[in-house]
Amino acid sequence: MGTLLGIDYPTWWFLVVGGLFSGYAILDGFDFGAGAWHLFFRKELSRRIALNAVGPVWDGNEVWLVIGGGALFAGFPLMYATFFSSLYIPFMLFLMFIIFRAIAIEFRGKEPMRWWKNLWDVGYSVSSIMLAFLLGVVLGNVLQGIQIGENYLYQGDGFFEFLNPYALMTGLTTLSLFMVHGAIYLLLKTEGRLFAKLTILLKKGMIFFMICFGITTLYTLLYIPHLSDEFRGNPSLFIVPLMVFLCIANVPRLANKKKFKMAFFFSSLTIALMLVLVAVELYPDLLLSSISPEYTIDIYKAASSTKSMGIMLTIVAIGTPLVLGYTFFVYKTFKGKVQLDETSY
Amino acid sequence: MDTEILARIQFAFTIAFHYIYPPLSIGLGLLMVAFESLYIRTKNKQYHTLAKFWTKIFALTFGIGVVTGIVMEFEFGTNWAVYSRYVGDVFGSALAAEGIFAFALESGFLGILLFGWNRVKPWVHLVSTIGVFFGSMFSAVWIVVANSWQQTPAGYHIVGEGLDARAEITDFWAMVFNPSSVDRLLHVWLGAFLAGSFLVLSVHAYYLIKGRYVEISKKAFKIALVVATFFSLGQLATGHKSADGVAHNQPAKLAALEGHFEASAPADMYLLGWVDKKNQKVSGIKIPGGLSFLLDYDVNTPVTGLNAFPEDEIPSQINAVFQFYHLMVAIGMFLILLTLFASFMWWKGKLFQKKWLLQIFVFAALLPQIANQVGWFAAEMGRQPWVVYGHLRTSEAFSQAVTDNQILFSLILFMFVYTLLFILFVYLLNKKIKHGPYDESETDDRPLTKEITEAITI
Ligand code: HDD
Ligand code: HEM
Ligand code: HEM
Repeated sequence: MGTLLGIDYPTWWFLVVGGLFSGYAILDGFDFGAGAWHLFFRKELSRRIALNAVGPVWDGNEVWLVIGGGALFAGFPLMYATFFSSLYIPFMLFLMFIIFRAIAIEFRGKEPMRWWKNLWDVGYSVSSIMLAFLLGVVLGNVLQGIQIGENYLYQGDGFFEFLNPYALMTGLTTLSLFMVHGAIYLLLKTEGRLFAKLTILLKKGMIFFMICFGITTLYTLLYIPHLSDEFRGNPSLFIVPLMVFLCIANVPRLANKKKFKMAFFFSSLTIALMLVLVAVELYPDLLLSSISPEYTIDIYKAASSTKSMGIMLTIVAIGTPLVLGYTFFVYKTFKGKVQLDETSY
Repeated sequence: MDTEILARIQFAFTIAFHYIYPPLSIGLGLLMVAFESLYIRTKNKQYHTLAKFWTKIFALTFGIGVVTGIVMEFEFGTNWAVYSRYVGDVFGSALAAEGIFAFALESGFLGILLFGWNRVKPWVHLVSTIGVFFGSMFSAVWIVVANSWQQTPAGYHIVGEGLDARAEITDFWAMVFNPSSVDRLLHVWLGAFLAGSFLVLSVHAYYLIKGRYVEISKKAFKIALVVATFFSLGQLATGHKSADGVAHNQPAKLAALEGHFEASAPADMYLLGWVDKKNQKVSGIKIPGGLSFLLDYDVNTPVTGLNAFPEDEIPSQINAVFQFYHLMVAIGMFLILLTLFASFMWWKGKLFQKKWLLQIFVFAALLPQIANQVGWFAAEMGRQPWVVYGHLRTSEAFSQAVTDNQILFSLILFMFVYTLLFILFVYLLNKKIKHGPYDESETDDRPLTKEITEAITI
């Protein structure tokens, strides 16, 4: 097996995939979050401004999903195959809502009628909420383990098995975290009354998140022993959840001080740390089998050949600086408050 | 219905729908680059207007291309798990490269292309347009390489047995430059340029017939005509190269494309025909020995026929493959005649005097679209019963964990959402065309700016 700087290729690729999905969660997280608040804004103009705050970036944010998916396929084909076919229904729903959300964004501004705009506002907001929720649900299923049996085939048969209590909780936690994150993004992008309203909403979002996060943590400690074992075995790992708490507590404090950029940074960091937490709990496993540990998929079973991994790591090493470069350039061009012009939605 | 059939219907439906948009995006990208470069060189405002107008239509095709493309990427995992496991090692790297080099490039610059007209200098904008155009060309590279590898695998070896078997890469460049990838990539690119240029021709022909935006439409029409003529001819050449490649690498497919049954005999070429599979007969208009001649410049060269293969190694839908292929070629020939004739009229100075000619162009936008679709159908159905030619059968490649009910559920949802998406597309396209290249919307926005100031100051 190939190694680089003393770390084996599958571990590197685990980091790459993790990094990409964290990037995706941070980026699409704020635009799903912003969408989730949409119906709380009452005035047409507020809604239009809120929508245009994500207007130039939502599409680019979704590229992270595409690249993350590609990286998973490339590095861990077995995982890609089992993961997506096992959680078929939630992923299909996710894809539908992604499309539906794009339809809503595009349709909304095209006719002046009030009912027309309301219709697509609801579509936009509901699909944003569902997308955030479904991401969390999938995560919950991964953490809890799914019924993978012989040949790494999913053995469950129910249509709605993915909707178990734990997954519901992780779904809500994700949604609430994205809502906090989205509110801060909108604060960065708006002024006046909308801005004032958002400051209030942010507080509500924080409370919502704290409740969900608390319940999920308790649930994990009490009912999902395989996850807490990892921590009991290595108590220094407790530093990660501690940091999550510190980070998230920082968000409202900074928002109160009107340091929105820093607040946004910390809500992004919270999302990243939550995923680090997941990664620490899982590594080196990728997908836990609730039937037998024999069928649990870990990075070594799932990895592509050493040759293939080497090629891909080269591609990533060349590509990443390029991608970061122009992502930075684009955000620089559109920084600051929303300006509506003839190219807006 | 069984899972395999449903999975195939779903894949065919979603990919065919996806493939309405990428060719338009790639083709329009080329024309936008042309218009914008002309603007920077000549400083003629009309080219600027054209570039902006087509960018709006591009935004539409691009947006739909992206969302439907995301579906494709995940559908490999959801519906074709065995296949994904089998090929992941080989073209995982192609997909990873596509994500990083192509999609990130496109979407990175897309924001500036669409929303940056007033924010960056004209040349920075042009660079962004070129970035998006190259990005879309690249994305075609990797996906076509992956697909070509399935048609003509190279640079790999098979490891493991039975359910554990999978292809592992041995030579990256041999995989990328597998025997069919270059020919097919060129053919796909040109097909995209035709789709884009014919849409431009169509819209501006429509304006010319209506007598609207005449000046600007004449300019756009001529530029698009040059592109269309050039690539229509080119498409014949790349198509011929592809056919030649198929003859060598996938003889069973070639035999199906031409409905050639006898195990080894000189083959005819049909202009039109109907395949009777049971009696192994094709009835139609043919050029005797035509296929032999095209492949070897000799009407007597034997060509391997379908009967040379076991029954379970040839496509089952021969007539469909035959018809799709012949429709594509017929369209290709027609496009050549049409564009050459129009160029001739231009040379005579009579291009815009014949209303019927413009009317043909209004509808001709559908032809490259149809050819693109049936071209893929011929290539993919001609590959059956294999997913990976000679190695993995379609009937073994789908996800065993997914039940027929689940697929039916998702298929119905897709049909619903895609219908909505298609209505949106037609509606918006129509609206943008009716609205025309000039920006009256700027006036709409002025009162809004006032409102905003109010909202902010209150
Ligand atoms: C990277 C791979 C790839 C690419 C670029 C394409 N396909 Fe493909 N296609 C497949 C990989 C594939 C596949 C996964 O291998 C399928 C699924 C079942 C099968 O037999 O092959 C397939 C099947 C398949 C079928 C069903 C054939 C049948 O069931 O008889 C159709 C109609 C198409 N494809 C059409 C297209 C179109 C219109 C494409 C253009 C965008 C396209 N394919 C690109
Ligand atoms: C099964 C095959 C295919 C898969 C899995 C696939 C996957 C994707 C994905 C995930 C996207 C969205 C990426 C983004 O966010 O920009 C996309 C868009 C795109 N695809 Fe496909 N694709 C397939 C077939 C093709 C083919 C054959 C071509 C080219 C000839 C093509 C050309 C493009 C282009 C140019 C885009 C950018 C969006 C646009 O221009 O509309 N795709 N595809
Ligand atoms: C003019 C005569 C043409 C010939 C002789 C020709 C030939 C071919 C052949 C042999 C294939 C199958 C390649 C394979 O399976 O590997 C093919 C596929 C295809 N054709 Fe054509 N073609 C022609 C015109 C066109 C036109 C006008 C378009 C679109 C505007 C088009 C679009 C396609 C597409 C999208 C495919 C599937 C991708 C591929 O396999 O390359 N073709 N063509």
